[in-house]
Amino acid sequence: MTEILVLAEHRRGEFRDVTFEMLTKGRELSQKIDADLTAVLLGHNVKEFAKKLADHAKKVLTVDDARLEDFNAEAYQKVLSHLISERKPLLTLIGHTSFGVDLAPSLATELNVPLATDCINVDFEEKKPIVVRQVYGGKVNVKASLHTSESYIVTLRPATFEVQEVEPLGGEIIEIPSPLKEDIPYKKFVEYYEPPAGEVDITAANILVSVGRGIKDTENMPIVEKLAGALGGALACSRPIVDKGWLPSDRQVGTSGKTVKPKLYLAVGISGAFQHVSGMKNSDLIIAINKDSKAPIFRAADYGVVEDLFKVVPTLTNKILEEKKSSS
Amino acid sequence: MDTIVCVKHVPETAEAEIAVDSSGKGIKTEDLVFDINEWDDYAIEEAVLMKEKLGGSVTVITMGPEDADKTLRKCLAKGADKAIRLTDKAFERSDAYATAKILHKAIKDLPFNLILTGTQASDDGYAQVGVILAELLGIPHATMVKKIESKEEFVRVNRELEGGLEQVMEVKLPAMLAVQTGINEPRYVSIMGIRKAREKELKVLGLGDLGLKEEEVGESGSWITMEEMFIPPVEKEAEILTGGPDEIAAKIVETLKARGLV
Repeated sequence: MTEILVLAEHRRGEFRDVTFEMLTKGRELSQKIDADLTAVLLGHNVKEFAKKLADHAKKVLTVDDARLEDFNAEAYQKVLSHLISERKPLLTLIGHTSFGVDLAPSLATELNVPLATDCINVDFEEKKPIVVRQVYGGKVNVKASLHTSESYIVTLRPATFEVQEVEPLGGEIIEIPSPLKEDIPYKKFVEYYEPPAGEVDITAANILVSVGRGIKDTENMPIVEKLAGALGGALACSRPIVDKGWLPSDRQVGTSGKTVKPKLYLAVGISGAFQHVSGMKNSDLIIAINKDSKAPIFRAADYGVVEDLFKVVPTLTNKILEEKKSSS
Repeated sequence: MDTIVCVKHVPETAEAEIAVDSSGKGIKTEDLVFDINEWDDYAIEEAVLMKEKLGGSVTVITMGPEDADKTLRKCLAKGADKAIRLTDKAFERSDAYATAKILHKAIKDLPFNLILTGTQASDDGYAQVGVILAELLGIPHATMVKKIESKEEFVRVNRELEGGLEQVMEVKLPAMLAVQTGINEPRYVSIMGIRKAREKELKVLGLGDLGLKEEEVGESGSWITMEEMFIPPVEKEAEILTGGPDEIAAKIVETLKARGLV
């Protein structure tokens, strides 16, 4: 029987959302090509944990080993290359996450199995996967096919596939003895590190003014600080601002930062890369100011202003201050 | 510490208008400015910082056309000691796998303790080349690296996870590390500095020099084949507020007032 494997991703005792997103997509594909859908759970003391996957897959394979408790690409690769060599699944789905990025390319190389990464869609045409990926920061899409093989690996972009409520599959939980024989000599997990929190919690703010690369220089930051001040909101930002050290990392919105849901999200000079949008798309009202009319942020925003932020933002700040003065 | 840094010369597209070219498999690049891939700029900086602190050498390597020499010269000006450019007609349309195989042939006999590269390239965004290269070389790797501490036999790195969390790992040397943006502050180099770096060695190697066969590279040596490139369909689009700055500001204030936000 043709099989589709989905690698469950978990961290500190919780499944990551991408796990169920992949199982949703995996189920759709398994129906299309008449394949078995199998979840793979690598971890330590995961027997109870595995039951949570049983509703979403025909089978749940568990490998229990203390060396799999925290993600370690070296240990994960050893176990997965063993499983894939034995079972020869037509397709293995892995999340395009920090874990997946560390694991999938070396796994595919070891197995000599074609890999497509960061896919926003995957389909089969005559048992051969066809994927859609984004390039040039999400401005262009690519449709690509994988070279003919008996097995394929595809990593899926998180927060792209909507999890569907479905009939529980009541999957069978199968324990696989750990194939890890010797030590994991090259890589050692030491600890998790959480950067210390600052004085502003952007996840608690009703109004966020968020600034991106378009601000150009740290000297221009007062322009957006004033706008945030006038609105009584907090100042947040996209990744480049933290990379440059202009704001601390706890102000960053996006995949690698915070997920926010304010009443107003005013994006200033932010292009709207997928990683940023996934952290703010559920805001009640999104207004974006960007001079590039093709910026992906305008696909996430309710209202858009295609204009130079240096012209619009100071005017807007003054208008808001006037408004507040006249209504008080 | 002897470090090899893999870099890519890419078009800057963050603020540019992009159009698909007539082949339907590429973008129009005539009006685009090419520069070092943003992630790789942090990788070369990290290598130079390590050299300044620990001694050793930095070799920078790229695969690309002659124009990519600009990126290599920039890296030499930043402090790399020598540069290698891999180029051949047969390399065109190589995906991440074929690219890693080409780099592997060029690197396998060079002495090194560490290979650094960016976590991904801003053009194709595969986030694969460094990790495949590490596997081909038989050395360990870590990606999305935000901090590197060198010890004698290993490096201690912080890997970026989702939601602001980091994972501290120890990776035995020699190793490949793919760095994340923000790991350091890339230095600027003047045109004068780049001109001076012209004295440094820049070697160009092709298919035959690397002992590769044509079928191992390009499209035939790749895992994936591009079928089509297209501008993504617009599912939802913002209502665009038009007018002069005053008019626009007034419209925004009206919207905010209607929702009780001012």
